[in-house]
Amino acid sequence: MSFWEYANPRKYMEWSSPVMMWCFGAAPALLIAGVAWGYFGTPNAARFEASVKIIYLHVPSALMAINTWAMMVVASIIWLVRRHHVSALAAKAAAPVGIMMTLIALITGAIWGAPMWGTYWAWDPRLTSFLILFLFYLGYVALWAAIEDPDTAADLTSVLCLVGSIFALLSRYAVNFWNQGLHQGASLSLDAEKNVADVYYLPLLCAIAGFVLLFIAMVLLGTRTEIRLRRMRALTLRERKA
Amino acid sequence: MIALLKRDLKLAMRAGGGFGLALVFFLIVVVLVPFGVGPEAAMLSRIAPGILWVAALLAALLSLDRIFALDFEDGSLALLATAPIPLEAVGLLKALAHWLTTGLPLTLIAPVLGLLLHLEPQANGHLVLSLLIGTPALSMIGSFGAALIVGVKRGGLLLSLLVLPFYVPTLIFGAEAVRRGGQGLEAQGALMLLGGITLACIALLPFATAAALRITLR
Repeated sequence: MSFWEYANPRKYMEWSSPVMMWCFGAAPALLIAGVAWGYFGTPNAARFEASVKIIYLHVPSALMAINTWAMMVVASIIWLVRRHHVSALAAKAAAPVGIMMTLIALITGAIWGAPMWGTYWAWDPRLTSFLILFLFYLGYVALWAAIEDPDTAADLTSVLCLVGSIFALLSRYAVNFWNQGLHQGASLSLDAEKNVADVYYLPLLCAIAGFVLLFIAMVLLGTRTEIRLRRMRALTLRERKA
Repeated sequence: MIALLKRDLKLAMRAGGGFGLALVFFLIVVVLVPFGVGPEAAMLSRIAPGILWVAALLAALLSLDRIFALDFEDGSLALLATAPIPLEAVGLLKALAHWLTTGLPLTLIAPVLGLLLHLEPQANGHLVLSLLIGTPALSMIGSFGAALIVGVKRGGLLLSLLVLPFYVPTLIFGAEAVRRGGQGLEAQGALMLLGGITLACIALLPFATAAALRITLR
């Protein structure tokens, strides 16, 4: 039995249902735990005072906003190479989630920026590239909505996703050239010895896990809805023919 | 191939082809800006590089949906797809024709419009050079966008939504080169990065364009 069998729509519906349920159960629990722990269980940071607590929403959503696009790239490649319909539908289902994550990151960032930098918005490279990422998401969703034939739409959006990610990356580094930033450098990276002080790090990890599970649950739900829509369309077509 | 290029140029030049419209649009945008921000020369000369680049970019956007849409409607695109020249070359030629009818004229009249906006005289060379280097990238990216939406009816608005984010790096380096030129700083770095984007677009995007066209024509 190969890994790809899980991409068979029937098989997919079978395994995704319990996984989705578990994710939908665990995500809020982790999110509430992480945020509550962060809000009530950690001290205020010296320079940030209480405003530091928004980090438990800001960092995970920003992380997911980028990784959602990465997941869409992988799903698009799988669709273009192996023609698994579920893969294309998963990319389609992920895009609105990515839009929401980007919006949450931008809005919480604005709320955090107001007391810290004295402004809701600055044309800082990180902020600007997030806004550009947001525009790429909007274009992607708009292209899906504009094309009627589902396979053509899947193909064209996959091409857009691949070419778009090159340009999104290019914009990310081009804006560095254009303006110096206010935003601090990366706070979390896998290869750093120590990222943030442990008191903040653990609840932050908890909130990140919550966001990841929430993302998985929402993408599974969206994909299942798309599969059912396809089945419905196929059934109505068959009815009409008969 | 040359016949195809000639045909596209002819179609663009003749009545209804939209040649000249982009130029007039460029002029109008530049004329409107002082009404919006006030007529002080110091302010205008400060924002002139950005305005000129943004206006050129929007003007190039106007005629994008014609690149493939008309050929798709009358069926000649399907013929071109079965023609002995590869579809990648068709995409490249279409972009070249678009550049010759919009990008190049925009580049040539840009210094005159720079005069209207009190662009620093020493930045004129940078303006022409940056547009000359950068506008081919705009045409290449635009033809890719046009290929994506060629099967969509009334896709003009969608096309701008798709294409404008792609224009960000080109715009950044182009406007930066002109700004540095105006301030007397060296602009070589920005111009070289701009050239890099253009060359990469010319080298790689025809494949994406052709892939999108094949999908739609399938």
